[in-house]
Amino acid sequence: MSGASLTMYAQKKQLVTPGELLAQGDYYPDLNTFKIGNSVYSTILGISDLRENRLSVVPLKHCYIPSVGDLVIGTIVDIGMSGWSVDINSPYPALLLATEVLNRQHSQRTETDRIFSVGDLVKAKVIAFDRTRDPLLTVKDRGLGKVTHGRVMKISASKIPSLIGKEGSMISMLKKESSCSLSVGQNGIVLVTCESPENEELVMDVVKMIEREAHTHGLTDRVLDMIKKGRKGGKVVEGEGP
Amino acid sequence: MSKEKAPERLIDDSGLRIDGRRPEDLRPIKLEVGVLENADGSAFIQQGKNKILVGVFGPREIHPKHMVLPDRAVIRCRYRMAPFSTEERKNPAPSRREIEISKVIREALEPAVMSEYYPRTVIDIFIEALQCDGGTRCAGIVAASLALADAGISMKELVSACSAGKVGGQVVVDLCDLEDKYGEADLPVALMPNLSAVTLIQMDGKLSREEFEKALDMASEACRQIRNFQAEALRHKYQGMVDTEEPPATGEASK
Repeated sequence: MSGASLTMYAQKKQLVTPGELLAQGDYYPDLNTFKIGNSVYSTILGISDLRENRLSVVPLKHCYIPSVGDLVIGTIVDIGMSGWSVDINSPYPALLLATEVLNRQHSQRTETDRIFSVGDLVKAKVIAFDRTRDPLLTVKDRGLGKVTHGRVMKISASKIPSLIGKEGSMISMLKKESSCSLSVGQNGIVLVTCESPENEELVMDVVKMIEREAHTHGLTDRVLDMIKKGRKGGKVVEGEGP
Repeated sequence: MSKEKAPERLIDDSGLRIDGRRPEDLRPIKLEVGVLENADGSAFIQQGKNKILVGVFGPREIHPKHMVLPDRAVIRCRYRMAPFSTEERKNPAPSRREIEISKVIREALEPAVMSEYYPRTVIDIFIEALQCDGGTRCAGIVAASLALADAGISMKELVSACSAGKVGGQVVVDLCDLEDKYGEADLPVALMPNLSAVTLIQMDGKLSREEFEKALDMASEACRQIRNFQAEALRHKYQGMVDTEEPPATGEASK
């Protein structure tokens, strides 16, 4: 770095508002920032981050914009000849083609009708999306398809990275400690499936807490604490043997 | 209620305005962010007697579909005055004036919103003026840009706005209703302060070139002040969610 005139106005991990001057000098504007002349500004309400000399802002709130490879959980809203329209909690309605399920080109309305009906929840993966076309989904993978049991909850899509944690640390801890299975859609829909309704309730509360306190320190410890305390009660109710 | 009379003098001998302000004083401003549960973003502004509530939805799927723009989001804006917002009941049907203000507010916000990030979608802005006392288009812009930021929409800069004008022969800032009605000129200005870009400027009445320049300077200065209040309002709402050191003392951990 030249180091000629490097001035950071925002501290690392600080709340910033749109249009706020983050730094001046030899910085590279990364996600949610832009540079005019020598000055880097934020474009969104979020938390500033500096890695090497790349400045970015992690948004506090944003809508879900699909990207290829994302796991999403959506609701069937319409049935057509060639597939289903799926609401994936995004500005763009997704399309699940019948060929993805039926493995053949021509299908009849009665066939598409039989597989998924309006209101069904599906776990799917985004296989194509760009600025000009609506997202395409697939259910051809292990664990994908119609959601048959469990509870769904909606959290802000911007909090999903916190729920998953660094390299999945938070979510795997949550699964291990609560012995529940969780599916986290990148679109902010979370599916919780447990043995007992009490545990489901507990895990949902934990997820809500993670959403609320996503950007605070020591979250992992509090999550662990909350599950342990909750689980104890849960075990008594279940009447598990020694 | 007695019919409103034109005040004899808008500026008294000691140079104070009808509500006791000096020419360069703003009315007290209160800004609140995230006041509505169901909107994606919302804000409330109280500026003197003005009370305006703004809700933002989006980016979301656009209806009717023919409005869609392939390369960016459509921004729709509706400014509306409540029937009880003025001294005399306002007919709730959208008036010529409301339609115009909706348009100028939309155009004042469009340069700030990075609508190319959200192609084929729509961002809806609803501005409800609950109580009006002059300068509602400016107050509406201030609150609307906060609501947009609250909705998590990418913006180049917050838009702040303030009017200036000429009252009783003097250039003053942030006109109230009486000053607006009986003053000589009114000059609403919207500004993106960090980019020094004007996004709205209108004038009615007459100003000399010098007066115009002075009024524009005063309005811009006021916008810069308001911009600080806006950032503060956003911080106030969201600072609690982001702690830099110790966790907040909430009894949440034990279910």
